[in-house]
This record gives sequence, C-alpha cells and structure tokens, in this order.
Amino acid sequence: MNNLVVLPLIIPIMVGVILVFLRPYIRLQRVISLLTMIGVSGLSIYMLNVIQTDGIIRLDFGGWKPPFGILFVGDSFAMLLVLTASIVTAVCLIYAFSSIGEKHEKMFFYPFVLFLIAGVNGSFLTGDLFNLFVCFELMLLASYALVTLGGEKVQLRESIKYVVINVLASWFFLVALAYLYGTLGTLNMAHISERVAEAGQDPLLTTISIVFLLVFSLKAGLLLFFWLPGSYSVPPTAVAALFGALLTKVGIYALFRMFTLIFYHEPSITHQLIGVMAGVTIILGCMGALAYKDVRLIVSYNVVIAVGFILIGLAIATPTAIEGSIYYIIHDMIAKALLFLLAGAMIKMTGVTKFDQMSGLIRNYPVFGWMFFIVTCSLAGIPPLSGFVGKILVGQSAIETGSYVLLALAFFSSIVVLYSLLRIFLNAIFGETIISKEDEVPLKKGLLIPVVLLGFGTISLGLGAELLADYVSNAAYTLTNPAVYIEAVLGGNE
Amino acid sequence: METLIILLIGILVTVATYLILSRNIIRVILGTAVFSHAVHLLILTMGDLKRGSVPLLKEAEAPYTDALPQALILTAIVISFAVTAFILVLAFRAYQEAGSDDLHELRGTNDE
Repeated sequence: MNNLVVLPLIIPIMVGVILVFLRPYIRLQRVISLLTMIGVSGLSIYMLNVIQTDGIIRLDFGGWKPPFGILFVGDSFAMLLVLTASIVTAVCLIYAFSSIGEKHEKMFFYPFVLFLIAGVNGSFLTGDLFNLFVCFELMLLASYALVTLGGEKVQLRESIKYVVINVLASWFFLVALAYLYGTLGTLNMAHISERVAEAGQDPLLTTISIVFLLVFSLKAGLLLFFWLPGSYSVPPTAVAALFGALLTKVGIYALFRMFTLIFYHEPSITHQLIGVMAGVTIILGCMGALAYKDVRLIVSYNVVIAVGFILIGLAIATPTAIEGSIYYIIHDMIAKALLFLLAGAMIKMTGVTKFDQMSGLIRNYPVFGWMFFIVTCSLAGIPPLSGFVGKILVGQSAIETGSYVLLALAFFSSIVVLYSLLRIFLNAIFGETIISKEDEVPLKKGLLIPVVLLGFGTISLGLGAELLADYVSNAAYTLTNPAVYIEAVLGGNE
Repeated sequence: METLIILLIGILVTVATYLILSRNIIRVILGTAVFSHAVHLLILTMGDLKRGSVPLLKEAEAPYTDALPQALILTAIVISFAVTAFILVLAFRAYQEAGSDDLHELRGTNDE
C-alpha cells in the first residue's frame, strides 16, 4: 500500500478543476499548470526509485483487497512512461505559453491538458481492466476538446472522424470487456492472468484477445491508423505534439500489458498477428511519409512508422526485445514531441506548410536548424542519440529469434525515416534563404527553449542510456515474468 | 431469457450498424447511441441475469445476484452520455461552419 501511486492521476485532475475557476488569470494558470507537471515528474522519479528498492507498489482503493476492489499498480514500466509523459507535457506547456494564443488559453486550454495527462497517467498505472477503459475515456474526452479547440472549419471536419472512430473503438473495448467478464468473472488484470494460466488459453479466450488487439490497435495506430494523419495535423502545434508523443503510446502500453501479462500463452497466433500488423504498418507508414510534401503529414506518418517499430519488439517478445521496445517508447515520446514542435515552428515562421516552398531556414535560425538535424539523426537511430539503443536491442533479438523479415522491415524503416526527414532538412533548412533580413521574424525564446530542452533530452537519453539501464531492465523483467506482477498484486492477501 | 436478450442485442447492433453507415451525421450519432445500449445489455447478460437475491450480506439469503455488471453499466452509461453530448455539439458546430451535415461533403480534400 502506498498512497503516492495515485498522485499522478489525482494531482492533474484536482489542479485542472481549480484552473477552471481561474479562467481570467492566464498567467497564474500557466505557472500552476507548469509547476504541477514538474511536481508530477519529480514524484514519478521518486516512485521509480522506490520500486527499485521495495518492488512493485500498489494502492487498493477504499481498502478493498484485490481482486475485489479497483487498484493502482506501479511497476517500472508504468512509472517510466508516467515520468516521460509528465516531462514531455511540461515541455509542451512551455511551448504553448508563447504559441497557443490567448483565445485558446481563455477557453480552458490548461485544464484540458491536465485532464489529458491525468487520463494518460491513469491508463499507465491502473491494475483493473474496466478502470483502464475509464481512464482511456477521460483521456479521449480531453483530447476531443483539445482537437476541436479553436473551432476552425478543417479542425471540426477532421475531429468528427476522430471522435466517431474513437467512440467505435471504445464500443469494441466494452464488448471485449463483457466477453472477458463473462468467461473469467473478474476484471483485475493480475487475477485475469492467473485464471487464464489456470484454465489455459482456449480458442474462445484467444478470440477475445484478438478483439482487444483490434481495440488497442485502433488507439495505438497499429495498422488501423487511417484516422491518425488527418486528426494529428489539424490542431495547434503544442496540442499536436502532445498527441503525437502521448496518445498512441497509451495504446501501445495497453498492448504490451495485455500480451505480456494476460494473453502470452498462444504466441503463434497473437504475437504472430502483431508481427504481421507491425510489418504492414511500417510499410504503409513509409509510403505515407514519402508521399506527401506537407510537413505536418510527413511528421504524422513518422508516428505511424514508430508504432510499427515498437510493436516488432512485442511480436518477438524476448526479454531483450521488450527492453529495446521500452527504450524506444521513451525515446519516441521525446523525439516525436520535438519533431512536432519543430514542424509547427517551421510553419509558423514561413507561413507555408509544404517543405518545397521553404528554404534556407538555417541561415535565419541556426539553432533551430541544428535541432532539426539532431532529431533526424535521433529518429534514424544514429549513435550516440537516443534512438540507437532501442534499435540495436530490437535488431539483436530479431536476429536471435530468426525473424529476418521483421528485422529487414525495421531497418528499412530507419532509412525511410532518415530520407523523409532529410528531404525536409535539405529543402527547407539548407539552401538559399527566402526570408530576407528585414522580413525575418525573430524566433521567440519561448519557442526555442522547449525545442532545445527536448533536443538536450534526446542527446542525454542516448549518452546516459547506462543510467536508465537498471530501470528498463527491471521493467522488462516484470513484463516477461508475469508471476512477479501477479505476486505483487495478489500475494499476501490471504 | 438470456437467449432472448442476446437476440435483442443482435437486433440493436444490426440497427446501429445500418445507422452508422449512412451519410447523415445525425444518423451516425444515433447509431453510436444505439451501439452503446447494445453493449450495456451485453454486459448485463454476461454477468448472468437474475439468479439469486439482492447482494446485501446478512440481509438476504445466498445465492446473490452479481452486482458488478450494474456498476460497470452505470459507469459506461455516464461516459457514453458525455461523449454523445459532446459529439452532438461538435456536429452542430461543423454544420454551422461547413453548412452541411452530409459526411461526403465533410470529407474534405488535402488541397484546400
């Protein structure tokens, strides 16, 4: 029992509610929301260290012992993601201060961001499947509001598709939950896992697991990503960066939980299917990333490619592969936020969205240009930046298990990512400048600071991978040994 | 009784699927509402329909009816209510801006 573990959910919600009442005081809202996110980041660092020394921490709400009550479970994997999500949100908030505009800020932008991060953190930490559904909905409702904030025609048009597809995905989630409850009679994840292991994963349970796969694939953008590029390219930059960094990762997290903790008995069906879906996702994502000239669409398709890459790790499912995927998720949250922020700043500075209409930005904004170069290298997996560690671990285990097709696709995708971003780099950042000295809009410090912070993040994550190694290997150990998680939740109750 | 309810759920899902595939956005929204009713019934049926007394310890005789599905449905109803309210407002705003409630016209092209 540790009350701390609920704080990453409770603090943002409570502060968000308070901020609703502070509507006219924008400065105060900014300070409070930033402090909240920094506070949550600090708390999750502390909890991460507690987990290393004392093992997995949990909180049974209302004192109802599992499997009867709802509970929160903090293991290393969940806490690493909470930590990264909170840091990325804090940085995106700094970017929003000087870019989002007073009109949005007055329309409850900060409360919605806090509700969004509460839903995200809650999804990471919960140990109950129905509670996962509730946290998903909290996150989605906040994201619906954020994607429509501003109410431009194109935003409204894209958000209708986004909302309807997510309502349908939630419906499938409930159907899968109903079937699972009907077959196993429990919703506690550890308890489900135990019962599945006892009864054996028969075809009925495998079918239910595939319904869950469908639901979370829709949320994660695995294969069923057709809704993603449109809805991620319309909202304001700070919101798009939050979406690109966080929302798909929640779906990925849920997939990892489901298929390492609960449905790990039939890898020849489920994990094979995930592998095929990941491969196809990568191919389609690559096509998308190469097909468009709109910077925002290229960036959105890069999200899709990363989803495919991370799930290759789950499809292989050796401890090394899982470890690689965890590294890559953390890296991708930071790098994707950075990429979205850079793309947004580019559009803001030049006023056009296609990269062939921009040129020579590095002459006007040198720091900005080099940051773009760093994120390109990082996403392509060039050492010593952060993408390298994840790629090498996933690649290594793909060779060990003989999954050569997935291996080829994974590294082919790196080249396409590099090419799609270098195209932007060579066209828009290098070359003759189109902005003369007089027309040059000075890049606001408020836009540059978050970009530099995230750039520093991706470099230090690459160089400091050793520091993170203990946490990540602990997370991978818990994921590959479901007994550890089950013992932490159900053990010692009798 | 279970069979009857399952058949009812089937009918609801059929109706909702038909509605959600139409071009009119209001019909799509009604479709999602009917979908949610179907799944609520499904959860209720999955917990087995009434087979015992009220689940009040010491107040009633065992066996008790499973009370969890009701709690789940209540939560799900509240969420689907909120989402439906939001999506109706969204559809209205989109209608004001785009001047159409036809999804084909709302499809949009990339070259605007």
